[in-house]
Formats: sequence, structure tokens, C-alpha cells
Amino acid sequence: MIWIELFLTFLKIGAFTFGGGYAMLPLIQSEVERHGWLTQAEVVDFIAVSESTPGPLAINMATFVGIRTGGVLGAVCATLGVVLPSFVIILIVAKFYEKFRKSRAVDGVMYGLRPAVIGLIGAAFLSVGMTVFFPNGLQTTVFSGAGFWLSLAIFVIGAVLAFKKLHPIAIIGISAVIGIVAGYGFGL
Amino acid sequence: MNKNLELFLTFMKIGAFTFGGGYAMIPLIQREVCDNKHWLNEDDILEVVAIAESTPGPVAINAATFVGSRTAGTLGAVCATLGVVLPSFLIISVISFVLKAFQESKAVQYAFMGIRAGVLALILKAVYTMFMATKKHAVSYVIMAAALVLTAFLKIDTVFVIIGCAIFGLIWSLIFRKEQSDDMD
Repeated sequence: MIWIELFLTFLKIGAFTFGGGYAMLPLIQSEVERHGWLTQAEVVDFIAVSESTPGPLAINMATFVGIRTGGVLGAVCATLGVVLPSFVIILIVAKFYEKFRKSRAVDGVMYGLRPAVIGLIGAAFLSVGMTVFFPNGLQTTVFSGAGFWLSLAIFVIGAVLAFKKLHPIAIIGISAVIGIVAGYGFGL
Repeated sequence: MNKNLELFLTFMKIGAFTFGGGYAMIPLIQREVCDNKHWLNEDDILEVVAIAESTPGPVAINAATFVGSRTAGTLGAVCATLGVVLPSFLIISVISFVLKAFQESKAVQYAFMGIRAGVLALILKAVYTMFMATKKHAVSYVIMAAALVLTAFLKIDTVFVIIGCAIFGLIWSLIFRKEQSDDMD
């Protein structure tokens, strides 16, 4: 039953990711790929779509994967799943939040989770990097292809612009334009 | 106007106008919820951020549920959360059809070839920003490295890595850390 599967998978994603945005990426990536709902390249493409449209990455991803695999009802199930854990937990925390904020247990858990999230995003960076630079697996032949060098050039330009605090949407736009111009130019 | 309806519309506006989600929403929430509606004060917003960080789920959902619940109880939380989700849901539903229609196009394929490399740069920037913002000491370096190696190279399920790091942090804190501070460990 695809709808229940979507609901439960996104419930798990909602329950086990801390912090917003890219912190959710590692778990979304591994779950969505394991179920074969999106390929790694599609996940990366969708991150770009999500950055260029309003709303949180997790909601956008849930809606997108849901609609692709189970139609509009699938999108509803996936989105409901990703929202539900936050919603329930916050309702509880809002009632007891003085206790929650002073809790040594919460503090201890976060002491472990904060650096873990950074390591997880680092892992996501590596796996997205593999998809970008070695789409057909690790082989030395990629170095003779224009695609590899083009991706490397765009990555370097993108990184410089990102560290100069250019808006993500502008970086995505510039990358797209370079991709189109070079794609037709080199006849890739 | 009915408070629940007002929460729904306010958070729908927040959901429709923040790109990138998460922490990008906080300034907009602050403007709408503190300055315009006076539902919460500035200190409450800092609490929203702290709580959103230490509970699971997207920051936007956490913030909407918290503000809704504080302002108008459980029904308020439902309205605010529904409001913040709705714009994403509708926009992405439309986009998924548009993407499907154009995915065979050569230009779109070239564009995404470029975009993938651009997204990789954005992820690098995100890792760097989070790394600089975190308190750095021996234990946090070990946890960071362990999470990276376990996930990227040993292919351990992300959920197990998260649970493992949470338990480790808890036990380590209870045994070795005296005060609730990350300054010196």
C-alpha cells in the first residue's frame, strides 16, 4: 500500500531530523533512495527546485515524492507524515516548556545531536558530490569528458558566490544558465 | 477577525514568502507575530528558535505549532501549521506536473546538469556555516567525524546514527559535564 508506506516513511523522516533545511537532507536522501522513489540525481535536482520555491525543504520534498509515487493522495499522506511528529511533540513541549528548557536530558541529547547533524550533512555533501562528478560510478575515464570539468567549474564558481553570500536562488539560476550555454556549446 | 483564521492566514503568508524554509522563516515570523500582531514578544521568539532546534522536524512546522498553541491553544496550532504547509503543498503539486512535462527537453537537462553542481556548492556552504556556528571541542569533533564516517563510508542507517549520537551525548553529559553549558568540556 503506497499511501501507508509514504505516510510511515515521512513520519520517520519528521521524527528523526533535527534542525531545518539541509539537516534533513541525509535522512530524506537515504529513505527516498532506499524505496526507489527518486534517484540520487533526482533528489539533487529537487533540492534546487525546493530552494527556488517557497516553503521548507521537508514539506516540499514530501509533497513532491508523494505526488510522484501516489498522486495527490500520496502527497497528502507524505506531507501529513512529515508534519505529524513535530506537531505532536511541540504541542506537548509548549505546555511544559520551562521544564523542557531546563532539562539536563534534553541538553545532553542535543550535545550529541548538534555535531552529529554536521557530520551527516558532510556525508550528504560527499554522496551528492559523487552524483555530480561521477554519475556512472568511480572511473578515471570521467576526467577526459567535458561534463566533469564543466561540473567542477560550476561547483567552484558556485562555492565562491555562496561564500560571498549571494542568494541561493541566484546561484541556482547562474548554474542553470552555465549548464545550458555549455551544454549546447560543447554539444554534450 | 477570528483568531484561528488570523493564525491560518498569517502563517500562510509566512509559508508563501520564505524561500529555503527553516531559519529563513524566523525573521518573517518575528515581524508578523511580534511587530504586527503582538501575539508574542521578542523573548518568546528566541524561545521558539531554541525549542525548534531541540525538537525533531522542520523548523517552520515547529515554529508554527508553537506560536499557534501559545496564541490560541490546540486549534490555533492546527490552523497555523495548516497555513504554513499549504502554499508549499500547492506550489510543489503544480511544479511536479510542469517538471514532468519538460523533463525530456534538452535545455532542461542541461540546466539541471549545471544546477546539480551549484547545489553541491550550496551544501558545502551550509556545512561550513553550521560548523562555524557550533561549539568546538574534542567531543564534538569526535561525534562529527563518527557521524560522517558511519554514514558515508560504512553505510549505517541514518536513523541509527542519530539515535546513537543522541544516546552518546546524553550519557557523556550526565557523567562528564557538570554545568549545562557547552563552553568548556
